[in-house]
Amino acid sequence: MSNITKAFANGKAFIAFITCGDPDLETTAAAVRAAASNGADLIELGIPFSDPTAEGPVIQGANLRALQGGVTTDKIFSFVEDLRRDVQIPLVFMTYANVVFSYGAERFIAACQRIGIDGLILPDLPFEEKEEFLPLCHAYGVDLISLVAPTSQNRIARIAREAEGFLYIVSSLGVTGTRSEIKTDLSSIVEVVRQNTDIPCAIGFGISTPAQAQKMAALSDGAIVGSAIIKLLAKYGKEAPSYIGDYVRMMKDAL
Amino acid sequence: MTNPNGRFGVHGGQYIPETLMNAVIELEEAYLHYKDDPDFRRELSGLFNEYANRPSRLYYAKKMTEDLGGAKIYLKREDLNHTGSHKINNVLGQALLAKKMGKTRLIAETGAGQHGVATATAAALMDMECVVFMGEEDTVRQALNVYRMRLLGAKVVPVKTGTGTLKDAVSEAMREWTSRIGDTHYCLGSVMGPHPFPTIVRDFQAVISREIKEQLFAKEGKLPDAVLACVGGGSNAMGSFYHFIEDPSVRLIGCEAAGRGVDTFETAATIATGRPGIFHGMKSYFCQDEYGQIAPVYSISAGLDYPGIGPEHAYLHDTGRATYVPVTDEEAVRAFEYMAKTEGIICAIESAHAVAHAQKLAPTMGKEQILVITISGRGDKDCAAIARYRGEDIHE
Repeated sequence: MSNITKAFANGKAFIAFITCGDPDLETTAAAVRAAASNGADLIELGIPFSDPTAEGPVIQGANLRALQGGVTTDKIFSFVEDLRRDVQIPLVFMTYANVVFSYGAERFIAACQRIGIDGLILPDLPFEEKEEFLPLCHAYGVDLISLVAPTSQNRIARIAREAEGFLYIVSSLGVTGTRSEIKTDLSSIVEVVRQNTDIPCAIGFGISTPAQAQKMAALSDGAIVGSAIIKLLAKYGKEAPSYIGDYVRMMKDAL
Repeated sequence: MTNPNGRFGVHGGQYIPETLMNAVIELEEAYLHYKDDPDFRRELSGLFNEYANRPSRLYYAKKMTEDLGGAKIYLKREDLNHTGSHKINNVLGQALLAKKMGKTRLIAETGAGQHGVATATAAALMDMECVVFMGEEDTVRQALNVYRMRLLGAKVVPVKTGTGTLKDAVSEAMREWTSRIGDTHYCLGSVMGPHPFPTIVRDFQAVISREIKEQLFAKEGKLPDAVLACVGGGSNAMGSFYHFIEDPSVRLIGCEAAGRGVDTFETAATIATGRPGIFHGMKSYFCQDEYGQIAPVYSISAGLDYPGIGPEHAYLHDTGRATYVPVTDEEAVRAFEYMAKTEGIICAIESAHAVAHAQKLAPTMGKEQILVITISGRGDKDCAAIARYRGEDIHE
């Protein structure tokens, strides 16, 4: 059984996204610990990429700050290894296909297993291309997380049937970033998902307020928040972790 | 050449967000439906001939041939097309296809501005809305083309992210497409990106090599010995090579932008300095660091200033069917000046990269041999920048 399942054992899951190394890895470590101790059920650790084509301006900014700060994949691996001494909740990497491919897919995915990473989210790896990494993910016990989008329509059933870990439902068209309103008919997407898989599903993209999170989690098994947390890091820098802790507590309570 | 998953050897594929998958599937289905449809073909060749001024000339460059003292040199004059470059070939095809698909809005990326101008032109012609993404640095380098696009009714969005050049314009156009798919077609300008774009763009540009072959048979009764074209993403090169791939006697040579040199960081020569990667929807060669971060590339030519190369070129490189050579800024600028003084043709600085290599290659070939250079575009847009490169204080 996937370790990720644990994230959905405490009621609706709150999933937080944090870019590693924004503004530095010490701050990321403190932010992860603050989120975990305030109720985050799973954390997506972003490995920054120079050209994050699925991200809006907020997370693009985090990628840029992290890379300018000198973070690398190897530094992030040692950082996670260290983090795993006390952080027990499921952790997944969220990055782009080239970061994995260029490092050497097997070397990368074997490292995930070694340092305690439970899954991998690659927004530029759709269903048609997942064979690129799936056999290696299976070999090393790392879940390759699938995404469905508002445009997926006839693809949802097929994607859900083969999904592992949890299914990431993209709430809206466009890139990541906070939105005042989410208009997609998510309940009909979730319905198709439920008919085709037993693994949990969580909704992300555009969620920032407790009310939105509550609504999205009510439709599914959890809410994923990225840009709203990154905004705190952009605003408070090294001081951000305590604000992130308060924010995560407020969001988890709203679920 | 293309297998069903859009692979060229190991290259190509569809590495894009799930949000875009149905859009590229819809595009592929529409393309497969229309590409051999007689009405579509007729309409497109009507536009090529009556509107874009095709077929473009295959011009015997007598003075250049005599001066270099080797192979007989022909120039494929894509610079004489409407809008001044080969970009119009692909754009007319894609705009017509988008129109048939019921799309009302075209978005595009542009480097030098040639693809943006061509897209804005097709949008004006076909009554479509048009938004062009252009790196902020390029909007400065190519200010005249920005004005041309606006004059044609397009909105130009300067892209400030990353290096503010072509790769960032592509990223931003992809982001825009994920937010608005229903009425919008992304008119990608090169043989790159996710399947089916590399195939669609190649097929629309393949008119170049089809014409070269016919025109050269009419003039010389034989195949060329070498075909040279500049390569950024690689659309004019792919179009120039395509109908010669099965003719092994024809050497196919792509000329990459080496910028200040392949031994410096200020280069855009992907085959010379890149390695395999996955970016902008495709597996191919990319300039990148050891962790797969895409490198900030540089070339004097805004149209070749791209860190990757189309997947079919990557495959032609792997199989050895085509060779790729780096050409520096300085060599390209000299070739730009040489072409102006020798043949009275001011070619695009992009095309000058191919001319520069021809200057080296032609003298090594026999007088009975034939070398074709694709002049992908005209150089009016580059005059001010080249003058500044030569130390003259000229501004547009």
